[in-house]
Amino acid sequence: MPETTITEATATTAVGIQQLSMQQALNRALDEILNENPKTVIFGEDCGQLGGVFRITDGLQAKHGEARVFDTPLAESGILGMSVGLAMAGFHPIPEVQFDGFAYPAINQIVCQIARMNYRSRGTLPMPITLRVPSFGGIRAPEHHGESLEALFAHVPGLKVVSPSNPHDAYHLLKYAASRPDPVIFMEPKSRYWQKGPVDVGSADQDTAAHDGGTDDAGSLTGARVAREGRHLTLVAWGAMVSRCLQVAELAAEDGIDIEVLDLRWLKPIDAEALATSVGKTRRAVVVHEAPLTSGLGAEVAQLITQSCFATLKAPVERVTGFDVPYPSGDLEDEYIPNIDRILFGIQRVLEYRRG
Amino acid sequence: MTLKPVLAALDDDAAPLTHHQLRELYTLMAAVRHLDTAAVAWQRQGIIPGYAPELGQEAAQVGSGYAVDRARDFVFPTYREMGVARAMGVDMVGYMSTHKATWHGGMYNPLESRFAPIQAVVAGSVLHAVGWAHGQTLAGAQETGVAVTYFGDGASSQGDVHEAMNFAAVMKAPVVFFIQNNGWAISVPTERQVAGGSVAARAAGYGIPSLQVDGNDVVAVFEATRSALAHCRSGNGPVVIEAMTYRRGPHSTADDPGRYRTLDEERLGAGEDPLERFKQRLLADGVADEAFFAEAQRKAAEEEETIRAGIADLGPRPGAEMFSLVFQEPTPALQSQATAWREESEHA
Repeated sequence: MPETTITEATATTAVGIQQLSMQQALNRALDEILNENPKTVIFGEDCGQLGGVFRITDGLQAKHGEARVFDTPLAESGILGMSVGLAMAGFHPIPEVQFDGFAYPAINQIVCQIARMNYRSRGTLPMPITLRVPSFGGIRAPEHHGESLEALFAHVPGLKVVSPSNPHDAYHLLKYAASRPDPVIFMEPKSRYWQKGPVDVGSADQDTAAHDGGTDDAGSLTGARVAREGRHLTLVAWGAMVSRCLQVAELAAEDGIDIEVLDLRWLKPIDAEALATSVGKTRRAVVVHEAPLTSGLGAEVAQLITQSCFATLKAPVERVTGFDVPYPSGDLEDEYIPNIDRILFGIQRVLEYRRG
Repeated sequence: MTLKPVLAALDDDAAPLTHHQLRELYTLMAAVRHLDTAAVAWQRQGIIPGYAPELGQEAAQVGSGYAVDRARDFVFPTYREMGVARAMGVDMVGYMSTHKATWHGGMYNPLESRFAPIQAVVAGSVLHAVGWAHGQTLAGAQETGVAVTYFGDGASSQGDVHEAMNFAAVMKAPVVFFIQNNGWAISVPTERQVAGGSVAARAAGYGIPSLQVDGNDVVAVFEATRSALAHCRSGNGPVVIEAMTYRRGPHSTADDPGRYRTLDEERLGAGEDPLERFKQRLLADGVADEAFFAEAQRKAAEEEETIRAGIADLGPRPGAEMFSLVFQEPTPALQSQATAWREESEHA
């Protein structure tokens, strides 16, 4: 293993359990992917010398060269359209869209091209593209910098969607996504970039596809993860909402309510089995997401739970979500994103529900 | 607009087309004309549900497609590049299957054919060409493969074309932007589509050399394309070619040009027929005689008959392919939908 301390902000290559921020974990994952797969190319706006506006690609150009980590002109459709051609030429692109809301200008290339090329070409032109999208709100950013696009992407045939909630999953899920032959939208919870957590980085020569996440509680890389075990109710969440739900669970525990938190991780495909197992046990569920309510992924989750647990459910599945409004300015952000009180009210509605 | 010296310098070394090649070009154009005309008839006969004819664009398509090096170049077509496909030797039953509604992208193998799947989004694949071409640069090959992307005057209005030209110029990607300006985007004429009157003129804004050629002169188109390919291959970055031609037929078999142009306007705009024009030239130059043209016509008819039979024999694809070709690694949810579909359709 090479000795490579890229910059002070970047993770070392030491193995075992490391305390890393999600930014460091993602940066290290990309570094290892570049080492392990010579076909990988990383590009986007400001991804090169600057290391990205969130520094996720920090130091990678200096280490791996301008051919493999490069800046593009400022045009998202161009970045994603170019990814299609690179994939057709045998490369494994990891493009970055700088912020969630700027995926919109690229939607034609994502929906009409990336998602469909494998199908259109009858499997001869697979699209092993991992599109990194700093996602969700919570950082008081300008318009279009706080959006939650998971339902939009999950609705498109041909795309897979994943969102890590902690540094350990960020590292392993990114390595896993980049090793797969299908396009994956990788939604990074930008408000969680700087919180540190334990990451079992394993050894560099380990087969990431076979790696189950390093720790016993991480579960399979292809499914959901029980972030906290409980008996009375399941909170289903992903991305930045997972840590908030864990906080809620701690508070509820003070009142004797034992909450399970299921970190969905994969938003397509959704781990229906994990939902059935968890809610089959707790018999109550609340889905929490930042995206607007109507046609949000919470509806899909609620249906999956209803399908598997209808006979034993104690109450209809509750949704605590953002509202059907454009994502608001920073001053109103805390009113929009599900907060602890709103999640507790949702839990209360479910617990107090009586049939008839 | 035209930076001819840059390209012409390279072209000086290129050998003129041999008589054999000239005859081959005509044979291809005759085959394309015949197949194209036949495909409209197939639609009227109910053999295929729809078709987008390229009548009048044979010189632009065959001339450019003939210049492509199938060992290293890659072509990104739209839905109206039958002549390019034929000139490149793409399996024509596989190509025409898209018009049979067998499979959207066509049934030919794009990797082996060096011809990307048929693209229904106007300007959809122009950026793919830039990515593919940049991949050739990254792979670092000498005398690199070149991406040739086809689009029309209508597509030139799309933002992706601007992004593609800008990206290609910034990255010096080996891309030939091949525009067939056929005068019409369905019902909208070029003068209400292309500000400034020329797509090639825009290339100057990106610092890209451009050529505007008579798209109805197959030799001129071939030579322009060959020069552009040589320019790209030597690491000089992209080239724009605007082949001025005319869409003699409707946009598609569902279109009615009588609603937006008169027959007189059509005749005037179309100019001289590219096939007849080339034929007269070959006759005048003593390259071919009437027996050759009769033989070319006979071969074209024979070829069309074989393709028609192949198309007629194409049954629908197994419904299971709807599910199995979405992903390389299908999701559990999709697999269970496939299972439910199979069970329920068998039950019915």
